[in-house]
Amino acid sequence: MSPFGGLTLGFVVTYLSLIVALPLAALIWQSTKSGATGFWQSLTSPEAVAALKLTLATSLAVALINAVTGTVIAWVLVRDEFPGKGVVNALIDLPFALPTIVAGLTMLALYGPRSPVGIDVAYTRTAIVLALLFVTLPFVVRTVQPVLQELDRELEEAAESLGASNWQTFSRVVFPNLLPGILSGVALAFAKAVGEFGSVVIITGNIPFKTEVSSVYIFGQIESGNTSGAAAASVVLLAISFGILLLIGALRRWTTRHHA
Amino acid sequence: MRKLALRTVALGYLALILLGPLSVVFWRAFDKGVGPAWTAVTTPDAVHAFKLTLEITAIAVPANTIFGVLCALLIVRRPFPGKGVLNALVDLPLALSPVVVGFALFLLYGRTGWFGSWLSRHGIQVLFAMPSMILATAFVSIPFVVREVVPVLREIGTDQEQAAETLGASQWQVFRRVTFPAIRWAVAYGVVLTTARSLGEYGAVSVVSGRLAGQTETATLYVSDRYENFDIVGAYAASVVLALMAIVVLVTMNLLRPKEGVH
Repeated sequence: MSPFGGLTLGFVVTYLSLIVALPLAALIWQSTKSGATGFWQSLTSPEAVAALKLTLATSLAVALINAVTGTVIAWVLVRDEFPGKGVVNALIDLPFALPTIVAGLTMLALYGPRSPVGIDVAYTRTAIVLALLFVTLPFVVRTVQPVLQELDRELEEAAESLGASNWQTFSRVVFPNLLPGILSGVALAFAKAVGEFGSVVIITGNIPFKTEVSSVYIFGQIESGNTSGAAAASVVLLAISFGILLLIGALRRWTTRHHA
Repeated sequence: MRKLALRTVALGYLALILLGPLSVVFWRAFDKGVGPAWTAVTTPDAVHAFKLTLEITAIAVPANTIFGVLCALLIVRRPFPGKGVLNALVDLPLALSPVVVGFALFLLYGRTGWFGSWLSRHGIQVLFAMPSMILATAFVSIPFVVREVVPVLREIGTDQEQAAETLGASQWQVFRRVTFPAIRWAVAYGVVLTTARSLGEYGAVSVVSGRLAGQTETATLYVSDRYENFDIVGAYAASVVLALMAIVVLVTMNLLRPKEGVH
């Protein structure tokens, strides 16, 4: 059954090609222009490698922190009762709604040179982690929360009545059910962190080999006219994004099969 | 006891990462009183920047909404070869760096790009002008309507649509009377997310716009421009305006969310 026939298909394919596919094709084409050796040289330039390593390390750290804090926040929002819970729940989405450049300035305001609490981490790697923690906050919370809401509490009560400790109930009953949600939230947070630009560009000062992440490195190469360098690094980020999306897709199929 | 400990951890973390920093921004913006902050966001460049952001959003959001609804209908209701590729391309902006998005557009529409020479021969300015900024914004905000509508379409199934068709309704009537009423809250929620993403876009627009103050500078670019020029009050005052817009988005999200249990 076709809702609007071939016209819909034609429109959707044309729009998606124009907005997404063609620009990406132009990017991949550009990266092949300088040949395999040229591409490899751009890819392995010391500054590009340092930026990529830093990006992956900070993103991984942020994803892992989110796995813990996101789960705790989701648990508190579902199982705990306290005044103002509704407001806290709404605030979780703020990092999504807030422009990333404002997020960067926001972190700088509290943890920068003129910090009212005397903590100044501006232009350090800690600043990158803080900014990334801000922008990735919603992901794990919002993937774990619905699973916790639907989780049958009788299972936990049964475990407890059979003499399981709190920790045993969590690790053997609750956690296995939450795991797929945690993993897909972590994967999304990691993807977001790898590509993040607006929130880190101000607070890190972009010092090559020290605080320069890949997206900022690419931006710098575009500004200085090094198109092949920017293209090679961009293709790496593109490949990482695709990889993570494939992973999330596989995770989703795995969970639906498990529930069926 | 354990509950209290977890609550303290969760709320403490949120205070450190979210609320603390945000309140300092408000405090900084009004550090020297409301007057200077107001002056800072009413300069011609600031007003132009906010107007430009709204104009770009006003074009990108409806375009992505129409695309999103049709694309969701295709994904759910009609099997066709290449559906996996379509799905992957729609999701990609969620995971791709906005700088890479901007750079891809830069390569396509730049002087040496595939479309660049044809466009410049015909005197059409795409790069460093509004068209490329609209394209960049549409790219980064493309997934949201699709992702909200797809699960709802799956859930409602086709029984009612088929019944309407059997009773002689045209395809347009089926869509308007049966399908759309069922998905409208999901569409609305998707539109809110698309709007939020469009208003806040920075990285992609930063690459393609050329960042000319008073010309191709959006609100987010204006914030970074003020900051780079050591105009701290200006940067924080414009940030506060953007933060207030984000809060409006947040309130709308929460009003729409319970309607269908989306997300």
